[in-house]
Amino acid sequence: MMRRTAMAALLSHWRRRPMQLVMLLLGLSLATALWSGVQAINAEARASYDRAAATLGQDRLDRIVSGTGAPITQSDYIALRRAGWLVSPVVDGTLRLGQTRLNIIGIDPLTMPTEGLNADVARDGDLAAFLTPPGLLYLSPETADKLSGSALPPVKRTSSLPAGIGMTDIGVAQQLLGKPGEISQLIVAPGQRRDLRAIGEIAPTLVVKAPDARGDLARLTDSFHLNLTAFGFLAFAVGLFIVYSAIGLAFEQRRATFRTLRSLGLPASTLTGLLLAELVGFAIVAGVAGVLLGYLVGSILLPGVAATLQGLYGASVPGTLSLRPQWWASGLAIALFGTLAAAAQSLWRVWRMPLLAPAQPRAWARASESGLRLQAAAAATLFAATIALAGFGSGLVVGFSVLGGLLLGAALLLPVLLALFLALMQWLARHPIAQWFWADTRQQLPGLSLALMALLLALSANIGVGTMVSSFRLTFTGWLDQRLAAELYVTARSEPEAAALRGWLKGRVDAVLPIWSVSGDIADAPVEIYGVADDPTYRENWPLLARTPETWDRVANGAGALVNEQLSRRDGLEIGDSLMLPGGWTTTIAGVYSDYGNPLPQVMIGLDALTTHYPDVARLRYGIRLPPENVAAFSEALRARFDLPPENIVDQGSLKRRSLAVFEQTFSVTAALNVLTLGVAGLAMFASLMTLSTMRLPQLAPIWAMGLTRRQLVVLELARTLVLAVITLIAALPVGLGLAWVLLSVVNVEAFGWQLPMHVFPADWVRLAILALGASLLSALIPLRQLAATAPSDLLKVFANER
Amino acid sequence: MPLPPLSDRTETLVVLQGVSKSYGTAEGPLMVLQAIDLTLDAGQSLALTGESGSGKSTLLHLVAGLDHPDDGRIMVDGQEIGGLDDKGRASLRRSTVGLVFQQFNLIPSLTVAANLAFHARLAGRFDAAWQRQLTERLGLDHLLARYPEQLSGGQQQRVAIGRTLAARPKLVLADEPTGNLDEATGDAVMALMLSLVAETGSSLLMVTHSDRLARRLDRRIHLRSGCIDATTVPTA
Repeated sequence: MMRRTAMAALLSHWRRRPMQLVMLLLGLSLATALWSGVQAINAEARASYDRAAATLGQDRLDRIVSGTGAPITQSDYIALRRAGWLVSPVVDGTLRLGQTRLNIIGIDPLTMPTEGLNADVARDGDLAAFLTPPGLLYLSPETADKLSGSALPPVKRTSSLPAGIGMTDIGVAQQLLGKPGEISQLIVAPGQRRDLRAIGEIAPTLVVKAPDARGDLARLTDSFHLNLTAFGFLAFAVGLFIVYSAIGLAFEQRRATFRTLRSLGLPASTLTGLLLAELVGFAIVAGVAGVLLGYLVGSILLPGVAATLQGLYGASVPGTLSLRPQWWASGLAIALFGTLAAAAQSLWRVWRMPLLAPAQPRAWARASESGLRLQAAAAATLFAATIALAGFGSGLVVGFSVLGGLLLGAALLLPVLLALFLALMQWLARHPIAQWFWADTRQQLPGLSLALMALLLALSANIGVGTMVSSFRLTFTGWLDQRLAAELYVTARSEPEAAALRGWLKGRVDAVLPIWSVSGDIADAPVEIYGVADDPTYRENWPLLARTPETWDRVANGAGALVNEQLSRRDGLEIGDSLMLPGGWTTTIAGVYSDYGNPLPQVMIGLDALTTHYPDVARLRYGIRLPPENVAAFSEALRARFDLPPENIVDQGSLKRRSLAVFEQTFSVTAALNVLTLGVAGLAMFASLMTLSTMRLPQLAPIWAMGLTRRQLVVLELARTLVLAVITLIAALPVGLGLAWVLLSVVNVEAFGWQLPMHVFPADWVRLAILALGASLLSALIPLRQLAATAPSDLLKVFANER
Repeated sequence: MPLPPLSDRTETLVVLQGVSKSYGTAEGPLMVLQAIDLTLDAGQSLALTGESGSGKSTLLHLVAGLDHPDDGRIMVDGQEIGGLDDKGRASLRRSTVGLVFQQFNLIPSLTVAANLAFHARLAGRFDAAWQRQLTERLGLDHLLARYPEQLSGGQQQRVAIGRTLAARPKLVLADEPTGNLDEATGDAVMALMLSLVAETGSSLLMVTHSDRLARRLDRRIHLRSGCIDATTVPTA
């Protein structure tokens, strides 16, 4: 009974201040939504990678692959089987069907170990149809829908395969992929006999790969998901500022009620328990709303993320979200965690509150000088730790820690800087109104500082990410111009067609540049090796980051290789270092080139060296140099002569547009999160101003009584909001640029392996400034309208001691 | 007492003619003042007494131009308040009127020194010598660098009085200025205020519950249920 009565008294506060309750729930819901939306996307993508990794039991079974980058030969396979090795052949490759890419996996169900065979594929009644022409192609329902109407073998739907993967018989796959007789890998059955000859003795070019629980895709995309998580967390933190502010105010406003309840005999532990129960209730309500909102956010962002993952990493992630129980649980848990983290200080104060403490209705808003000094010391410590971390640490987590340290330190420092600035302005002011304006703004600062800190975080993130993306765009566009120098790119469908194409092109164009590559491993990590023709196109255009005068000569005569920046950074390789390539031969590094957007390490060697060391290299792709005005007519002639599908003849412009689209897509999610974060910061500002406006009358009424009109007071209040927003904006500029520097020089290098030059874009800052000031004005509009409309009778209540 | 025409009252600082005021409440309109006629000459002091809710503070607010009457005319220093817009009323409060409240209503963000000078500077009548003299007389010279929240109630009220008198207004309006103070402190503050008001030549209209304080002023008017009580008598 006692508890129920006390709870009713505590809850009555929210009935009287519904707006405060709305702000608390809204802040918490938004914070949870942005966080859980991002987590939902990550979870969906990771589930897809896991399914991809488990498709052939790679997460449990050993695999045999070629150590030279060339396919495994039939003779090696037969030799292994004859020697008693239980291995099953697999061919894989990518099939482009219009705008969709399908990863085809061809298996032999008769030799495939049970652990490697998908639960639904080629089972029971389907086995005969699977093995006999025209075969069966297993696809996920989503992929099957996307590819309906394509020229494929009969399709069978199964939900056990991930999106973007098609599984069929090895013979059918070899035909579909144009790889007759080719084997990409061999799956090793568990429980092999112990007396077998070593694989290295039977087939020296083959190597065994241990099971990989995570898969290459999960590793490759780690940095992308960490990036998303970091921005999701930033949005969550900004949302928590609203929650912290709302809870702090509600606790402070109920101080008298707390004291009354305590003096009426309610123990401190019961009071704290009741407040905790109230908060848990709010957290559950806001958590459920946040998870649902997060589902919406995730659903809106996921197609963009899926397109990015496809474009950047070739990863197929379904474009729709599925509701997972663990996601509900984690959404509610983060809401609860956020609420308790935001309320911890307030709850502690209630727990420790002396029964006879004098009422200090605005004590929460009065930051003492010692408090600010403490904040400045904390910021200085954080900055020092951040600098030390940036100087001596390495790794992506360190990169994000540096970002976090920078942002948190700046946020802590902001109220200190504002207080100093306002004190200086008050000291300089001569007119009494100006003096009052600065002094009063200083007094409002503690009540507004959390919202301003949130605004600083959002603005800094916007400037930082904006600078990074714009710098990247500028560099990437120039780089694309260098990299895609050929006017036309042609892919033949088969080796005979490629030979015919080469013959036909001779004498018809300025130059033919083969784009031939093999895949292999360097130090157990996948690498691509390209052959490059000795042509002025490369000598004049290729974007080299490190070179010597002999670079191209050394590559042309087979004495040297170029490595991309990713590989150079990963293995600490420089010009003159030697490099062991798949197949066991060694070359010397002659230069380093930039290779933005490629997640894999890459090596370029002379064309002759490529065909000598990897004679089985596919010779299907070509870049063609010809006068730009002839491209259209020449493409038409090529199409007419070889009957090539449109996707096999791509002009430079289309390729650039496609690359730029992938690029823009990559950052669209970050940009969306940024805008949402700014929105949340605007809401935090609105919540704080609304809160303060309810307490402003006692401070404004005496000024009004001494001869200022309400209109003048409104103008001054508006000026106050703008001044604080402008100073925050100015403070956000160096923080944002620092953030951009960390993103470009630390995080990108760790995440993607490339460093970008930083460019500044003042026009973007002006746009952001207008947006931020607009948001501040908007957030101040309702409180100001309320002030302008305040009746004299309400102002008089201040003097009549009715408040 | 018959009221002379407004235009003839050159020595009269405040004139109220048939002033009525009501407030809307949940139970309907509540009549707070009914047809009040009143005058206050320049340099004169007048005590307004009455029960709680009798309309004393409302009358004071109307004279200060902080609120509008429903009916009647109010003239302060030759200006009819009803004819002034918001800006005009603000100007009247700035230049002619000084207010002292029971709750002190100091500006919490300004020091005692800045609070003392605030109204005078706003009115454009800041006089450093007078301010120094006031500070000494009010015993505030050692508190100038402090903030209002660091002062006792008596000290805060002395600052509020100093703030008003530093501007040398023609009319001082005081609403229970010692209502928040104990008797001894209240008496000391009141003595100081009356003596300073007399020195500046200002008129004083003071709301009080205390008969003892009311007797120290030139005249006294008692309000009962929004009307002037017939028993009202001059105290001098």
